[in-house]
Formats: sequence, C-alpha cells, structure tokens
Amino acid sequence: MKLLNFQAIYVMWLRQMKRFSRDKARIISNFIQPFFFLSVLGLGLASTRFPGMPSGVEYIDILTPGIITMSILFPSVFVGLSVLWDKQFGFLQEVLVAPVSRLSIVIGRTLGGATTALIQGLIVLFVSIILGVFVQLSLSLVLAFVFMVLISFVAIGFGLIIASKMETIEGFQFVVSLFIFPLLFLSSPFSTLDALPSWLRIIAFINPITYGVDGLRASLINYSYFPIYIDFSVLIILSIIMMGLGSYFFNKSEI
Amino acid sequence: MSIIKVENLKKYYKDVKAVDDVSFEINEGEIFGFLGPNGAGKTTTIKMLVTLLRPTEGTAKVVGYDIKEKPDDIRNNIGIVFQDPALDDRLTGKENLDFHARMYGMKKEKREKRIKDVLNLVNLEEKANILIKNYSGGMRRRLEIARGLMHFPKILFLDEPTLGLDPQTRRVIWDYIKNLNEKENITIFLTTHYMEEADYLCDRISIIDYGKILITDKPSKLKNQLGKDVITITCSNVGLCSELLKKEKWVESIKVHDSSITVGTKDIEKKLPMIIKLAEKNNIEIKSIDIRKPTLEDVFLYYTGRKIREQQADSSERFRRRFRHH
Repeated sequence: MKLLNFQAIYVMWLRQMKRFSRDKARIISNFIQPFFFLSVLGLGLASTRFPGMPSGVEYIDILTPGIITMSILFPSVFVGLSVLWDKQFGFLQEVLVAPVSRLSIVIGRTLGGATTALIQGLIVLFVSIILGVFVQLSLSLVLAFVFMVLISFVAIGFGLIIASKMETIEGFQFVVSLFIFPLLFLSSPFSTLDALPSWLRIIAFINPITYGVDGLRASLINYSYFPIYIDFSVLIILSIIMMGLGSYFFNKSEI
Repeated sequence: MSIIKVENLKKYYKDVKAVDDVSFEINEGEIFGFLGPNGAGKTTTIKMLVTLLRPTEGTAKVVGYDIKEKPDDIRNNIGIVFQDPALDDRLTGKENLDFHARMYGMKKEKREKRIKDVLNLVNLEEKANILIKNYSGGMRRRLEIARGLMHFPKILFLDEPTLGLDPQTRRVIWDYIKNLNEKENITIFLTTHYMEEADYLCDRISIIDYGKILITDKPSKLKNQLGKDVITITCSNVGLCSELLKKEKWVESIKVHDSSITVGTKDIEKKLPMIIKLAEKNNIEIKSIDIRKPTLEDVFLYYTGRKIREQQADSSERFRRRFRHH
C-alpha cells in the first residue's frame, strides 16, 4: 500500500468542503457568534484596563485573539465528531475499504477540518478589523495564520483521540464539553495573563491553548506574555504529538 | 474455475465463535449466496473476505490473492455493498460515485464515462444531481450497487442487499442484480436471510448457522433432495407416528419437530390416504396436514431443526452481544 495517496487526500478534503458550503445555518452562525462576542464584550468593556496591557492597546485587541482561538477550537475538535458521524451512518466503511492507506485518510480529513476552522478564524479576524482592531503589517497576518493552523492541529488530534475511544456521538459531545471549555477559559482568552491570580496563572501555563492565544496576541497586536518563539515551539511540538496520537488511534480503530 | 477459495476460516471473539471453520469455493461468473439467520456469521465472513477484519485462523484467496497478504490487490478487484447504507447523504448521487472513483485512483475521463455507465445500469441518470438525503430507500440501494461497480471489480459482495426494502422494491433490486451478473459478467457473493431471495437469485447457496456451513449446493438440488413433495403433519403422539412412517418404503426423508413431522415423498396424492389410514389404525389424532412443493424454508428446517424466523429474537440478542466485542 502506498503510504500517501494524494488523490484520496484531495477527495477527502473536497468532500468536507462541499459539506461545509452546503451547511448554510452553520456558516451564518459562524459569522454572527464572534460578531456578538467582539461587539458586546469588546465594545462594552472597552474602558477596561488589565495589568500588563501596554498603552495604545485597547481591550478589544486583547479579546480578538481569544475569540479567534475559540472559533478555531470548536470546529477542529469536531473533526473527531465527523468520524463518529461517519461511523454511525456507515460511510466510514466505504472509506476504510478503499485501497488507500489510513494515513492518507487521516491527512485528508485533517486538512478538511483545518480548512473549515481557518475559514472561521479568518471571519473573526475580518470582523475584528471592521470593529477597529488595529492589525499590523502583512507579516503579522502570516504569523497569525501559522498560529491558527497549529491551534487547529492540536485540537483535531485531540478530537481524533476522543473519537477513537467513544462509541456514541452523545458521549463524544459530553467529553468534549468536559475538556474544551476549561481549556478555553483557562487560556486567558478574555484578559491578560498578568491579570490572573498566581495559582490560576500556573494552571494556564500547563494549558496548551494558552500558548495559542498568546502567540496570536504576539503576532497580531505585538503584545504577549511569552516571547513568540516559545509560543511557537510549544505549539509545534504539541501539534506533532497530538496529530501523531490521533492518527495512531484512528489507525487502530476497527469497525 | 474458482474465484474465491475459502479454507478453514475462523473468527473467534472472547466467548463467541462468530465464524467457525468455514470452507467453500465460488466459481467465476456465478451468483453464490450465504443463507442463514441474523448473527449466523454471514457479515463476519464477508468482512474477512473484503479484508476489513483479520481472521483468527485459516485463510482465503479472493481473485487469486491471499486475504492476509495482499489486501490492496483484493480491494482493487472487488466491489462491496454493505448491509447498512454507506452513502454520504449531504452529497449528490454523482458526487458519491465521484468520491468512490477517486478513492480508487481512477483518472478523470475514465471516471466520468464510468459514472454515466453505472448510473444508466441502475436507471438513476435523472437523479444524479440530487442530494442522497432526498433519495428513497430503493434508490439508495441501487446507487450503492452502481458504486460497487464503479472500478470494474471482478467480484461484487452484497451483504443483505434488500434488507428493509418493501417487497416491490426488492423485486426491482433482484432484477438489477441478475441483469448485471449477465451484462457485466461479474461474480456475485451475497448474504441473505430471505429464502425467496436466495432461491430466485443464487446459482448455489450455503446454509449457514451458528458460524458453520451445514450444506452447499444448488437450490433446486437442495429442495429435490427432500422429495418431490413435502408434507407436514401436526398430530398427537408425534413419536409413535414418526416411528410408523419411518418403516414405510415410500418415505424419502423424514424430520421430527416438537409437534409436527415433515415427510418428503413423491406422488403425494396417492400417499395421503395411506397416512390417514395408518394414523386411524394406531389411534393417532391428526390435527392438520399441509402439502406443498419443498421450499428453501423446508431445506433450512431440515438441516437446522428450526424455521429461520423462529430464531430471530434469539439471534438478535446474539448479534448485540457480538457487537459489543468489536
């Protein structure tokens, strides 16, 4: 069996794009939800100052990377859900019986999930620019894009691992909400890390998502707790580990 | 020439012998059927032959390749229609076929021509651009059969191809299956628990129960072997009645059940008075007599001692147990 089959990777990706583009309700809610968060929180709390915020940085600038992370996190984790969905509806059998390596299947699915997640992240970025977030030069957009991809990969790997251990869609949703909300809320998406009490900050340090939010802040508004290379290193190592584990478990799952 | 050769194939789970030492051969071009109740091991056998499950012991050759050593060569040469529907219902019919073709590495021109051909074969050209969620059950099945044929397989596996379809649609599917067996000259291996389906479609069948093959032969031979006619007698004192009948020379086959006896014979019109006379003489009260040409239901009853429907409840429980082991 060829290790990588590019036509199979492409068609797995294409399928997800088609499904995404036909899900009108999802596209609309993807647009409205971050808009609400950014406008209500960002404009409502505009006068808030947190410890560590440099002068010239507004609250909405601090908030935007957090909301981008949120909008990437959920669709990425739900790649795992789509695996379970396919299992329940039988389509997974059609995929697994094709003369194609499991690795190609995982890669195609991951790229599909990452693309939809990135589209949503970019929508948030676009909305935030409309709302007046000052985004720097083009290089910062490139860096932000890299961080979005890494956050997405970590979350997809996590979703695939959970999916391989779960039998039902309900079970998956339960476990995901058990983990994903704490991970999100403990990554300081709504405030600076300096503002957290020290015990909460320690928890934030061991939370991988923190480095995603921090990295996005570094690239978009040139403010961060850690140097950008630390954010980058932590995330790249983690995304490799999570994707590796995710593919491994997907490989082992039988139908 | 045999296109599938199965030798002592076994699949054991912790406490269930799902497939228990099964051997058979399928000839090129024939329609071969596995007939048995739910949970008899039909689907497990198929899953091993299409290389989705590894056997515990034994092996099989499919299109000349060993299922343990050359899964890819097998996959390229077989088509499968699974028991549960396996279509993406957010895609159109054509998109589902296109997905399949690309997964099997077909080039653009070949792909597009073949999509047209297989859609034509199952009369779905006009529905090609409709989302699957708007397809009826019968249309979905037809599209799945078409998809199974996309990459020019030598064998088509059909796992319970008409499960859950109404009788009229079932007929239509049967005709499509017969038709493509002739037109595409393709070997077909199907499983079913419908007697009429096995009888109508299959050149040869294996009766399978509790993971074992009980007999393999042509449906007509299996039926004739019970006698030209079959008579089922429900009476008091089944034991005595069967003892008496066994002594009669014209009885070709006899099988005793809880409250009835099934006897195979010929020229039943002449034998009927003899049976009644025999019963009266020995004070046996006959409650009912049923005469008919033998069906596969009788064959199944003969080999297993049960009707295929009687054990549905029992076997669905077994199936559920097995499902948990996966």
